[in-house]
Amino acid sequence: MTQFIIRRLLQSIPTLIGASIVIFLIFALAPGDYVTRQLENPKMTEERAAQLRALYGLDKPLPERYVSWATGLLKGDLGDSLMFRKPVVQVINDFIWNSFILGVAIMFFEWLIASIVGIYSAIRQYSVFDTIATLLVFILYSLPSFFLGLVMLKIFAVDHRWFPLGGMITTGSNYTGWAYIVDVAKHMVLPVATLTLISVGGLSRYFRANMLEVIKQDYIRTARAKGLKERTVIFKHALRNALLPLITLFTLELPSLFAGAMITERIYNWPGIGKVVLEAIYVRDYPLFLGYTMLITVLTILANILADVLYGVADPRVRLK
Amino acid sequence: MDRLNANQPLDYKKKNNPKKAPSIWRDAFHRFLKNKYAILGLVILTFMFLFSFVGPYFSPYLDAKIDVSKGNQPPSAEHWLGTDNLGRDVLLRLMLAGRISLTIGIAATLIIILIGGTLGSIAGYYGGWLDVIIMRLADIIYAMPGLPILIMLGAIMSDLKIPPSQRIYYVMFILGFVSWVGLARLIRSQILSLKEQEFMLATEVLGLRDSKKIIKHLFPNVLPTVIVSATLGVASSILAESALSFLGLGVIPPTPSWGYMLSAANNMIDFAKRPWLWIPPGVAIMFSVVAINFIGDALRDAFDPRQKI
Repeated sequence: MTQFIIRRLLQSIPTLIGASIVIFLIFALAPGDYVTRQLENPKMTEERAAQLRALYGLDKPLPERYVSWATGLLKGDLGDSLMFRKPVVQVINDFIWNSFILGVAIMFFEWLIASIVGIYSAIRQYSVFDTIATLLVFILYSLPSFFLGLVMLKIFAVDHRWFPLGGMITTGSNYTGWAYIVDVAKHMVLPVATLTLISVGGLSRYFRANMLEVIKQDYIRTARAKGLKERTVIFKHALRNALLPLITLFTLELPSLFAGAMITERIYNWPGIGKVVLEAIYVRDYPLFLGYTMLITVLTILANILADVLYGVADPRVRLK
Repeated sequence: MDRLNANQPLDYKKKNNPKKAPSIWRDAFHRFLKNKYAILGLVILTFMFLFSFVGPYFSPYLDAKIDVSKGNQPPSAEHWLGTDNLGRDVLLRLMLAGRISLTIGIAATLIIILIGGTLGSIAGYYGGWLDVIIMRLADIIYAMPGLPILIMLGAIMSDLKIPPSQRIYYVMFILGFVSWVGLARLIRSQILSLKEQEFMLATEVLGLRDSKKIIKHLFPNVLPTVIVSATLGVASSILAESALSFLGLGVIPPTPSWGYMLSAANNMIDFAKRPWLWIPPGVAIMFSVVAINFIGDALRDAFDPRQKI
């Protein structure tokens, strides 16, 4: 097992280097940078701009810039955010946890609802419940997240003032302790509901399909023939095996806990990393955007390895490859 | 009837044999037509196409005609979906935007098929170092987060000052560039397993040319996968374009797309007080994407009834 993990880690190094080069090139070859954006300011002169470029190291040749950026990366230094005038690592650390809270809540509800709906649809295949659930699932995963977000905001925050319009805490409030938690929770309801609804559809289809496949197996018939209770058959015999492929899905979803949701966070004005990074692109704060993109890339690669390893642990049949 | 006739597939030289075995295509077609969702999807999609491509000819209004005095009117008998801030008919704009959104969805998918299909087949068929290089590239692109890269490329388009009329083509290519990996992997794995099958050995024995092997024997077997994946690809391309344009980084005026029309909601007053500006494009996206997903899903069931996701 250790050998397998080490091999997978080593294999991912070229991918990581390749991805870092591609991402770096996209950013480096972009014609505008933060300084060009500042030139729109009439007080900015060409000399001052050149001075700034030299300061940020934007005037050096490409390979040199890549190497210095990549060595920084290895030391955990992603450069400075030009918008916040702080190290990128610090900016990410400031905002990523707000996204993380949202992400955890979404993941919890997504898996809870998807498992209930998916399993129930599978046991009662072609029932009224199954038909309605299937239709709803299709509609939900065909909705653009931002449209659903806007509609919910309009209905629940603008037309009926049940929930706050946006942000994470009520402006001007200084709640502490329990009151603070309640306030944040109220602000979380709409973004969490939006993103859960968007993602729950696909997942419940996976649950349903896996369950259906398992239920048809011979050992389920054997379990029933032994006279076991239906509940035992479903939850102890069927569900366990149906869950196997979902381990991979779950692990691959882990990076999204940290990635934030750019558009939804922007709509609900949630101070998460997604919203901040989206603002960064509008002012061409490339170091911040670059650092964020790289972070997500690394997390994705790690999640892929973890998925392989966990699947091997859960299902010994696939371990030896 | 006689024993020779039972071996239909091997009898490849005899054309127009009246007792042709039912092809998987006809089978799939029948299964497809039996699917209620598929028919519903076809009906909705046909409507969306007619609405977007034929609808404008029935509109009494002209998109280019700006009359601010008639701006921001709520829906009425004359303007079914109201007017925008420049006094243009929202219904007409919705139709014209549909042309852009649907075209981008289809064109981007064609690009995905072209890149993903070609690279996937080469990697699968020839193997060796070509396979290693292509699949490494696929790994790299797969590891990079899609939306941030799309947004970044959109921002680059703005910095390059690409004229609005051409942005639509760039958007297609960007979407294609970001999302070919899935299809390439799928096709590669299918070809790898097809290569091991006996009919491919037979083509080897018959001494067929590479081009003939690929086009006549491999390609028809991969086609169902491509069709299903392309159909679902149109849906996700439409969604991706709408997100990009909503952020102002995709298609920009004067050619509206549904996503761009939705960006009206970024204005707090339009958002709260003039929902007729942004709800119709959202609904249009939803209906188109639902319809395409219905069709894609039914196609998958039709081609491969065992596979159920």
